[in-house]
Amino acid sequence: MHETLSNLPLLSGLPAQVLVVLAMVSAGGIILGCIAVGGMFFIWSERKVAGYIQSRYGPMYVGGWHGVLQSLADGVKLLLKEDIWPEKADKPLWRMAPLLVFLGAFLSFVVLPFGPNFVGANLDIGLFYVMATSSLVVMGVISAGWGSNNKWALYGALRGAAQVISYEIPLGLALLPVVMSTGSLNLGTIIQAQAGWIHNWHLLNPLFFVSFWIYVISSLAEVNRVPFDLPETESELVSGYHTEYTGMKFAFFFLGEYADMFVVSAIGVTVFLGGWYSGIPALDVPALFPLIFILKSFFLVFVQIWLRWTLPRLRVDQLMYVCWKVFIPIALANLLLYGVIRTVLS
Amino acid sequence: MTDVRPHQDIATPAGDIAKPIKSELLHINMGPQHPSTHGVLRLFITTDGEMVTKVVPYLGYLHRCAEKIAEGNTYHQYIIYTDRMDYLAAMNCNWTYCLAVENTLRSLGVEVEIPEYAEYVRVIIGELNRIASHLIAFGTYGLDIGAMTPFFHALREREAILNIFEKVCGARLMYSYYDVGGVKWDIPDDAMDEIKLFIDLFPAKLDEYNELLTGNKIFVERTANVGVLDAATCIDYGCTGPVLRGSGVKHDLRKDDPYSIYDRFDFDIPVGTGTVGTVGDCWDRYHVRMLEMYESWRIIQQAVDRIPPRGEVMAKMPKNLKVPPGQGYYRAENPKGEMGFYIISDGGTVPFRCKTRSPAFHNLHIIEHVGKGQMISDLCATIGSLDLVLGEIDR
Repeated sequence: MHETLSNLPLLSGLPAQVLVVLAMVSAGGIILGCIAVGGMFFIWSERKVAGYIQSRYGPMYVGGWHGVLQSLADGVKLLLKEDIWPEKADKPLWRMAPLLVFLGAFLSFVVLPFGPNFVGANLDIGLFYVMATSSLVVMGVISAGWGSNNKWALYGALRGAAQVISYEIPLGLALLPVVMSTGSLNLGTIIQAQAGWIHNWHLLNPLFFVSFWIYVISSLAEVNRVPFDLPETESELVSGYHTEYTGMKFAFFFLGEYADMFVVSAIGVTVFLGGWYSGIPALDVPALFPLIFILKSFFLVFVQIWLRWTLPRLRVDQLMYVCWKVFIPIALANLLLYGVIRTVLS
Repeated sequence: MTDVRPHQDIATPAGDIAKPIKSELLHINMGPQHPSTHGVLRLFITTDGEMVTKVVPYLGYLHRCAEKIAEGNTYHQYIIYTDRMDYLAAMNCNWTYCLAVENTLRSLGVEVEIPEYAEYVRVIIGELNRIASHLIAFGTYGLDIGAMTPFFHALREREAILNIFEKVCGARLMYSYYDVGGVKWDIPDDAMDEIKLFIDLFPAKLDEYNELLTGNKIFVERTANVGVLDAATCIDYGCTGPVLRGSGVKHDLRKDDPYSIYDRFDFDIPVGTGTVGTVGDCWDRYHVRMLEMYESWRIIQQAVDRIPPRGEVMAKMPKNLKVPPGQGYYRAENPKGEMGFYIISDGGTVPFRCKTRSPAFHNLHIIEHVGKGQMISDLCATIGSLDLVLGEIDR
C-alpha cells in the first residue's frame, strides 16, 4: 500500500519509512471506519429485525427513512455521556477491557478476504490467526468482570471465560476437516477451492455440512449471542461483565460484539459458503466479489439476530453439556471420518 | 464473608501434600434493583460458585402503610388504595375489598343487594383483568428465561384489555371501578363491542403464545424439574393461586367457595400434572397460568352471552357508609392467589382495622425453602414462576 501512497503527488517526497507508517495508519483507519459503520448498520438492523419479530417498528424517526441514523445518534449520545467508574475498580484492567474486546474483533478484520485482491493481509495462517485474535475477546471479558469490582460482573466474566474457552474447541475442530481438504490455512486458498458452480461449496459436502452446523452454533457461543448469552444474561446478572461501564467504554463493548458477529459470519462464509463466489460461474466477475462476500456474511449475521429474538437462553451447565458431550464428540468423529475417507480415497 | 470452609469438590492429585484449596461463599444482594426480581424485592443470596446455598428475602422497599391509611379513610375512600396493592390486577383487588365490606355488612345484619347486572359486569371485568395479569406473568417469565419476544406479544393483547378498561372507567392501571354495592359505572356500548371482539380473537393468540414458548425445547429444559414444590410444602407456607395449583392441588375459591355468581359458569380448574417434568416444577406453574387464561376466556364468553338487560349497577347504599360494630373477613381468588381483607369496625365511617392477606406475600416466602441448592439461573426461573408483585407484598 505504501507504494500507492508514494505515487500520490502530495506525498511523493516523503521517505519510505514514513510512508510505511502512514500506510499502516491509513489501513487501520479504513478498517476502523468499516467496523464503526458496519457495527452501526448491524445495530440498526438488529433493532429493526427485532421490531418486526416483536410486531412493532423499532427506530423510525432519526435520519428520516426508518430511523437509519439512529445508531449514529446513539453513538453521539454515548460519546457525550459521563464516564463513570467504580470507586474500587482495578483501574488498569478496567480501562483495558473494552479495548481488548474491540481489538479482538479489529485484528480479525485484517485477514478477512473480501475479494482475491481485496484483503488487508493475505496471511498463510489466516484461519489460525482469526482463531487466535478472537480469543483476545475473552481476555477483555475477564478483565472487565474482575476489574469492575462488582460481583455480578465477576459472575459474567467467569461464565464468559468458561464458555468461550470451551466453545473454541468445537469451533476449531469443525474447521479442521475443511483445512485438511484444502491443505491450507490461507483464507483465500480455502475460497478458491470452492470456485465454480454451487455444488463446490463446502457446505454441500455431507461431512462439511455437519461441521458447518457445529461451527454456526459454536460461533454463537463465541460471540455471546442468545441462546448462549450467559456472560451478559440481562435477567440474571444485571448486565454481566459490562454492568459497570458507561459512555464510550460501553460503546466499545457494544461495537466489539457486532464486529465479532460479522467476523464469525465472514469466516463461516469463507470456509463453508464459497466466500466471494456466487455459486454461478457467470456471475463471478471480480467487481462483484466483495458485494457477494458481504451479502453472504450479512445473511449469517441476520440468522444470529433472528435467533436472538426467537430463543430463550440456556443454563450454564446445559451450555457446557452441549459443548463437551455433544459438539466435541461429534466434531472429533467427523474429523476422524473425514481423515479415514480421504486416506482411503487417495 | 466469615463462612470459610474447604472446598469439597476440587480433588488434589494423588500423593500431593498440598493443602486443599480454600474457598469462600459469596454473599450477593439480588435486588432491590435487579431485572428479574420484578420490582423492588431484595434477595440476600449466598452462593458457592453458581450454586445458591441460601436465600433470604428482605421486604419493605415499597411499603406505603396501606393498612394504617385504611384506618383514616372511609370505606369508599380506601378503594383507591386497594388499586395500588396488586397493580397488575387492580380490578380484582377492588373487587375483593368491596366483597369484604359487603360481606361484613351482611354478617352484621345490614342488607346489601347487589344488582344481577352488576354481578355480571364484575365477573366480566374481573376475569379480563385476570387474563391481563397472567399475560404479564407469561411475558415477564419469558424475559426471565431470556426470550424477549413473547413479552411484546403478551403486552399487545394486554393493551387491548387496557383499552377496554379505559373505556369502562377512564383509567388504564388504577381503576377504582368496583364500589361497595356494585360497580361505579355501566360498561359503555363500544366497550362491550370490544370485549366481544376480544373474545373472538383471544384463543388464536393463546395458541400463538404456546407456539412461542410453551413447547420450546430450551424453555422446557430451563423450567422442567426446576424449583419443584410439593403440595404439602405449598400448603405449609400458605401458598395459593397458580403456585398451589401448579403443585397439583385443585384449590380455587371460585369453585370451592363460590362468591359472586361464579357457581353459574362452567369452567375447569387447571392443575399441574408434571407433563414435562415433576409435578410442581416451574413449567407446571407457568402452564397452569396459560390454561387459566383459557378458562377465564370461557367464563367471559358465558357471562357476555347471559348478561341480563341493562339495569342498575349499584345497590342502594347510604351515602355515608357506616359499618355496625363487629368484624368480618372475606377472601376471593385473585390472579396471584387468595386475597383477603379482615375488617374490624367500631361503628364509625372508617374501619378500626383493615388487614390485608395478600397472596404474593405468602407465595414469596417459599423461595427461602426452594431456592437452596439451586443455580442462580434456576433461582431467577423460580422467582419468575411465582409471579410476584411487590406492591401487594409490601402494601
